[in-house]
Amino acid sequence: MSKPRQFCTFYLGRALFGVEVHKVQEVLRDQVMTPVPLAPDVVRGLINLRGQIVTAIDLRRRLDRGPRENGGRSMNVVLRTEEGAVSLLVDEIGDVLEIDDSVLERPPENLRGVSRELISRVAKLEHELLLLLDTDKVLLVPTEA
Amino acid sequence: MGEMDDVVSEFLVESHENLDRLDTDLLALESNPNAREMLASIFRSIHTIKGTCGFLGFGRLESLSHAGENLLSLLRDGKVGVDQEATGALLSLVDATRRMLDNIEKQGSEGPDEFLELKETLTRLQGEFAKPVQRPGGAPTAASAPIPSATPPAELALAPAPVEAARPVAPPSPAAPAPSTSAPAAASTEHSVADNSIRVDVGQLDKLMNLVGELVLARNQVLQFTTSSCDNGFLATTQRLNLITTELQESVMKTRMQPISNIWSKLPRVVRDLSQSLGKKIRVEMDGKETELDKTILEAIKDPLTHIVRNSCDHGIEAPQVRAQRGKPAEGVLHLRAFHEGGQVIIEISDDGGGIDVERVKRKAVTNGLITQEQASRMGEREACMLIFAAGLSTASALSNISGRGVGMDVVRSNIEKTGGQVDLHNRFLEGLTIRIKIPLTLAIIPALVVVTGEERFAIPQVSLLELVRLEGEAARKGIEMIEGSPVYRLRGALLPLVHLDRELGLAQRTNGDAAVNIVVLQADDRHFGLVVDRICDTEEIVVKPLGKLLKGLSTFAGATIMGDGKVALILDVMGIAQRARVISEARERASVSANAATNASEGEQRRLLLFSVGGGQRMAAALEEAARLEVFAADQIELSGHQRVVQYRDDILPLISLAEHFGGSEADIAGQPLPVVVVREGDRSYGLVVERILDIVEQELKVQRCAPRAGLLGTAVIGGKVTDLLDIAAVAKRFASECDTHAI
Repeated sequence: MSKPRQFCTFYLGRALFGVEVHKVQEVLRDQVMTPVPLAPDVVRGLINLRGQIVTAIDLRRRLDRGPRENGGRSMNVVLRTEEGAVSLLVDEIGDVLEIDDSVLERPPENLRGVSRELISRVAKLEHELLLLLDTDKVLLVPTEA
Repeated sequence: MGEMDDVVSEFLVESHENLDRLDTDLLALESNPNAREMLASIFRSIHTIKGTCGFLGFGRLESLSHAGENLLSLLRDGKVGVDQEATGALLSLVDATRRMLDNIEKQGSEGPDEFLELKETLTRLQGEFAKPVQRPGGAPTAASAPIPSATPPAELALAPAPVEAARPVAPPSPAAPAPSTSAPAAASTEHSVADNSIRVDVGQLDKLMNLVGELVLARNQVLQFTTSSCDNGFLATTQRLNLITTELQESVMKTRMQPISNIWSKLPRVVRDLSQSLGKKIRVEMDGKETELDKTILEAIKDPLTHIVRNSCDHGIEAPQVRAQRGKPAEGVLHLRAFHEGGQVIIEISDDGGGIDVERVKRKAVTNGLITQEQASRMGEREACMLIFAAGLSTASALSNISGRGVGMDVVRSNIEKTGGQVDLHNRFLEGLTIRIKIPLTLAIIPALVVVTGEERFAIPQVSLLELVRLEGEAARKGIEMIEGSPVYRLRGALLPLVHLDRELGLAQRTNGDAAVNIVVLQADDRHFGLVVDRICDTEEIVVKPLGKLLKGLSTFAGATIMGDGKVALILDVMGIAQRARVISEARERASVSANAATNASEGEQRRLLLFSVGGGQRMAAALEEAARLEVFAADQIELSGHQRVVQYRDDILPLISLAEHFGGSEADIAGQPLPVVVVREGDRSYGLVVERILDIVEQELKVQRCAPRAGLLGTAVIGGKVTDLLDIAAVAKRFASECDTHAI
């Protein structure tokens, strides 16, 4: 059996999402954001991460969800990519979970829309479902504004 | 070692590096005798050393490495098997070479040792393929007096022995032999050439540069606190921090700086080959070789520069017989000049060739459909010359393998512009052409103007900035006019297309229409436009950071930077904004129309101005080209037509306008005095503007400080160190004409 993998989890509303922990560079609180005019809608702005300029993607917009309820405050999940760091804006941070391959399943056929493209696996946890994101696809934003 | 040649020291550094690599390569070979590519690499290293030795006249070292090279080529080709004996001999060769290099460094020659045994071993190992060892026939180099060698050659030549045994002992000083395990150089405590310089990965320097950039930002942040602090210790420390940071920044920048001669040095050869194949005679002259530039920029301009030089040789400088006909010396001169000017580097490439035939360029551009016949006829010389940078235009009548294939100058231009540079040219038809390249010193840190629009800050690179115009009160409401919905502003008589940054970027627009209007006059691709912003802050040195992959597609931004307060600000791409707002194509039309208009846009260039006084000591200036003539009329020449003063002038009646009265003053008592008059033409009529005194004609860059509220004035500028009003001759003449017309009715 393969050994369990670790996932960093976070919430959008009540839905629990996860990305592989080794792809996450760090997690930050709400940061001062500089909006980028004319940028694709999902790009919320730029943040200064110790001198590095990081693009912040609103995961809600990326997944076609409505605006945030808790006063719009968000957390940054900073991902490592080959082209430098990119931040995903999420509602709340969850725990780091160890997931065994045996509880993973392909997303069901009735999943539609963007979620269908971006969710690679579903982990059946005891009380809820963990939706694992394909980060490469999440960061592949259509460029036309 | 003091007077050691640069070439030799470079050779030493390089050879030491080669030898270090040889050591590891040879050991690797010993453990894996079949590694062909390893052998090839070893062969190349030895070959390089041999070649350079021959060139520098180190005969012994050359002949030794030659023996090694022979063996290596056999090993490489598999004619002789790699065994421990062979690698041992090669390692001894490395050590012997090291010793000779040490001698060269210390004494300037290879030393007395011939290493005959080693050479014989190397030859013996070549087996049947061996050629007899060449015993040098008594032509040893410099230090020919045989110093009693402390090292018996035999010891060195113990080829089959393991590495340690093959190590040479200490250099031929009478000192006791160094322990065999230590490297020969260890005995010497002086720094050798190889120790004084190191090769550093450019990526590492980039990282260093980035970190220093961060430090600069952190320093700026700290400095902001000093304004609110009274703690002397803190102030003194920040002061020190400030100084050290600045110095550090400069030093790090310096590590990336290289003299332009690095790329220029290849040009004489290019020119020589070209001129021979073209049957021309061309001499290259260089000024300012030592001018330093950032390495990345140097790399970026290398190709464009070579291309311009090739072009000058091919199209610019004429064949000797043509030159003779034109009365020029048979030998053409290509002059390269580089110098610093205002934080930028200017590179000029001048030739004394035929220059650009403007009419031919225009014809060609019309034939190729780049411009219409009408545009061509309206086009000024400068503008037409810039056509050579347009894509798909080559004026070479015959294609040669050198240039004239229609790609080239446009690529040259775009490559230079990519580095934030600009290209300009100065054409002297039949006399030559000068191409002027302006480039920033470095890409990483640039001066920029910070503006605010829609509560966001943006940085505009200073290179694109021409001037700032602020309209207040009345001028703010009326200064901006609309042509079919497109805003324009009259800047010194020429229409400047305006771009509202907030609208262009889809930001929240300002509602209070009464506030002052700030126009940033920018230059993009030779065209000018005004960017309307909410507020203009300050100029700052900013560190350019690239935008992430997701935002690369945005042509409106060139990057981002971190401001003193730690927030991110976007850097505007002036070219991108201009294209998005479509002011470039509009501007193209406008510029050609206004080319023959009386008031040409000043473009921040040198302008010739007529300076005069108008009574009461008021200084005024007008563009010299607007004045048709300067005349002085004697009092008795002046006649009256109704209340209007006139003079007979060139078979016509010239009405005289008193500027003093026009601006609400009165003329000084001038009865009987001759009247200085500036004759101007407006439409098909001439007028004489009466002034108090013609002061001067000056040539200077015109920077209008403030837009004047008074009719007939274009604004105010500092000319010749004094505040001077700029006269709008056309407006004055028009008003006068309309007054005459109403009187007539």
